[in-house]
Amino acid sequence: MLRYTEDHEWINLEGDTGTVGISPHAIEQLGDIVFVELPEAGTTVARGESVAVFESVKAASDIYSPAGGEITEINAGLLDDLTAITPERARECWLFKIRIENASDLDELMDEESYNAMIA
Amino acid sequence: METSKTLLHTTPLHAFHVAHGARMVPFAGWDMPVQYADGIKAEHLATRESAGLFDVSHMAQVWLSGPAAEAMLEALTPTDVRAIGEGRVRYSLFLNETGGVLDDLMIARLDGGLQLVVNAGRADHDIAHLRAHLGDGVEMTVKSDRALLALQGPQSPAVLERLGLDLAGFHFMQIGHFSIDGADCIVTRSGYTGEDGFEISMPAEDAERLATRLLADDAVSLAGLGARDTLRLEAGLPLWGHELDETINPVAAGLRFALSKRRREAGDFPGAGPILDDFANGAPRQLVGLLPQGGRPVRDGAELALDGTIVGIVTSGGFAPSLDAPAALGFVDSELAAAGTELMALTRGRETPVVTAALPLVPHRYIRG
Repeated sequence: MLRYTEDHEWINLEGDTGTVGISPHAIEQLGDIVFVELPEAGTTVARGESVAVFESVKAASDIYSPAGGEITEINAGLLDDLTAITPERARECWLFKIRIENASDLDELMDEESYNAMIA
Repeated sequence: METSKTLLHTTPLHAFHVAHGARMVPFAGWDMPVQYADGIKAEHLATRESAGLFDVSHMAQVWLSGPAAEAMLEALTPTDVRAIGEGRVRYSLFLNETGGVLDDLMIARLDGGLQLVVNAGRADHDIAHLRAHLGDGVEMTVKSDRALLALQGPQSPAVLERLGLDLAGFHFMQIGHFSIDGADCIVTRSGYTGEDGFEISMPAEDAERLATRLLADDAVSLAGLGARDTLRLEAGLPLWGHELDETINPVAAGLRFALSKRRREAGDFPGAGPILDDFANGAPRQLVGLLPQGGRPVRDGAELALDGTIVGIVTSGGFAPSLDAPAALGFVDSELAAAGTELMALTRGRETPVVTAALPLVPHRYIRG
């Protein structure tokens, strides 16, 4: 189940684990990405908590967790080549996986159609 | 605050930018291209390596004429305006009585008159400031019927020569009339990137045709305001609202050169007392380059600390494509301004180590006569 936040994160829920990334639109709007900070595996985070940072040439953007739970894995390979973070690769460029405490956290998020309507 | 797009000014090249894939953003009341499809880094590097074409029509072009024009500008700036020869350009500052900077500007003398270029974000202020000081013997015209393009980078003279311009004897900080593709242009050899380059003023109706003609040269890439900012940051050039404002003294901002000798000796410009005091004794704080360590940029407004004591502030921060690393400008206590001082930048409780560096961070490559 794929859901989007108003802040342009996406979360794909499989079982009790969600994979989180940022949308193609967000990647495009950031422009040249020059620094990424990811959370540490094992950290427990709340829904809406700032968990990662993207720095572009112009600005810093916080990434908020779409759901509360424990970070189980991060995509460390992402940091090897920031130029590979492109809108086309938004799903491969996931940031972290999170074991979700409360699946109802996703109830208020948008499906792809609603999200695309929001950014249109 | 959301700025309504309908209230934004547009330059004569607005449609041209959109057609070339620009991302348009509000800037100082104008709808301007922050970048094109290639992005800020690519546009920046293309400018350093070859030539970048920037629309800077949002800056105001103000022409002064009449026998009292020189005296009027001298009353507002520390520049020896009388000594600006025909065909020459000077960097100048509008100063307040406390020694702060109301804006920075260019003053050129052409055809006996004085031509000013001021920042877009300060244009309303500056024009009102000038108007308040207009007396008999000065005429002021705001040339809103003209566009301004900047062609910057080492290939820019070759680009203009391929369009038939004779640039022999035309060096950094000179101004002259040139015909480009049949349009009457006023060209200065200047810019704000640290590179050799030109600013080309032209009638608005010629702008799109000339931009298209310039871009047709393989050496030229379009570049937006994002690249303009990273280029000037690397070049250590101050931006009003960041490194300059009403509270910042030009000596602190590294602008001693903008205080003309005759005016210093006469001490007859606004804020001369505090400015000349700092000129003689050094300012308490000084503008420096800052190199963040560890890959993460620091941003405007971050405080700088040494052993837990605040010793300065970041005024512009981002990424320097030519250094392939983050870079920033900021003010630090003058005793810490020497290159190589290790400080901490504080952002929302996070500490980023930074090292001070001499300006410019990337050497200027002006072609002087």
